[in-house]
Amino acid sequence: MLVSIYRYNPETDEKPVMQDVNVDLPQGKDLMVLDVLELMKQQDTSISYRRSCREGVCGSDGMNMNGTNGLACITPVSSIVKPGKKLILRPLPGLPVIRDLVVDMTIFYKQFEKVKPYLINDEPATAIERLQSPEEREKLDGLYECILCACCSTNCPSFWWNPEKFIGPAGLLQAYRFLADSRDTATVERLSALEDPFSVFRCRGIMNCVAVCPKGLNPTRAIGHIKSMLIQQAT
Amino acid sequence: MVTNVSSFGRSGLYDWIIQRLTAVVLASYTFFLLGIFILNPDLDYEQWHGIFSSFGMRFYTLLAMLSVCAHAWVGMWTISTDYLTDDMLGSKAVAVRFVFQVVCALVFLAYLVWAIQILWGIS
Ligand code: SF4
Repeated sequence: MLVSIYRYNPETDEKPVMQDVNVDLPQGKDLMVLDVLELMKQQDTSISYRRSCREGVCGSDGMNMNGTNGLACITPVSSIVKPGKKLILRPLPGLPVIRDLVVDMTIFYKQFEKVKPYLINDEPATAIERLQSPEEREKLDGLYECILCACCSTNCPSFWWNPEKFIGPAGLLQAYRFLADSRDTATVERLSALEDPFSVFRCRGIMNCVAVCPKGLNPTRAIGHIKSMLIQQAT
Repeated sequence: MVTNVSSFGRSGLYDWIIQRLTAVVLASYTFFLLGIFILNPDLDYEQWHGIFSSFGMRFYTLLAMLSVCAHAWVGMWTISTDYLTDDMLGSKAVAVRFVFQVVCALVFLAYLVWAIQILWGIS
């Protein structure tokens, strides 16, 4: 199969190029994109990408495959390439490239950090765990599962235009995860920090995040919940 | 929190609410006008003049005009802060954005004054 892969080594290359590589795939098997990359790396050890768990849990191998972001390890080649066509691999869009498919995620983590992604509780510590009812716990479903792969935020035009100011779908999903947590007491402060024209409100409901999330999560819905909470607090 | 002085309501939340409220006003005004046209297929100048002579209609039209301006301002401001940014234009961005926003504001203000002149100029 023909694979077109984005190559860039800032130490030796002036600008990035798309390199066409022929890869022999084993017959009768539908490989994952990550397997194809591993085969390519056997031929050319200079190809760089991140990977770790190879089962969609660590979130390391987020990349752009034939125009759509996803995790290479859980994306079957057949699901994105029609027979006889090229597999096209690029780094996640919108972030600075360190080398080949490896991007600099600093700004993504900075936005994540902004939402204070940890439990804040100013009540005296309890002797046992802070208890939640099953219903309260249920509210965190669809939120806590995020693996921070950045597939959503780097597929979001609003994040491309304002990566410094718009928190992005991944960060906002986590913002809502703590707003929705019955044990968290910083709701008012958290909401006030999100009220400006950029942090949340740059979301224009494009829903690319929902389309690409490899964990099947729905950041757009979480953002809608945040907006309702902001309106409730203001009225 | 990201602060910004030139957004309309000075907060994303109020900008967002203003844009939704003005959209509702504009939709209702559009349907109202459509209704007039449908109910009066052969509308003549006399009738048209009569409709706009009432205070209610003038008020509603002015409200619609205010909504156009507020709605457009929030929209154009958003566009300018999406596309006329440092990332896109480098160091010129602030100047370009400022000029763009001033021009938009002047246009909307002119529309508003003009609308008032027309509405209250009806004799
Ligand atoms: S919400 Fe989904 S796509 Fe976005 S970072 Fe989390 S797991 Fe990845």
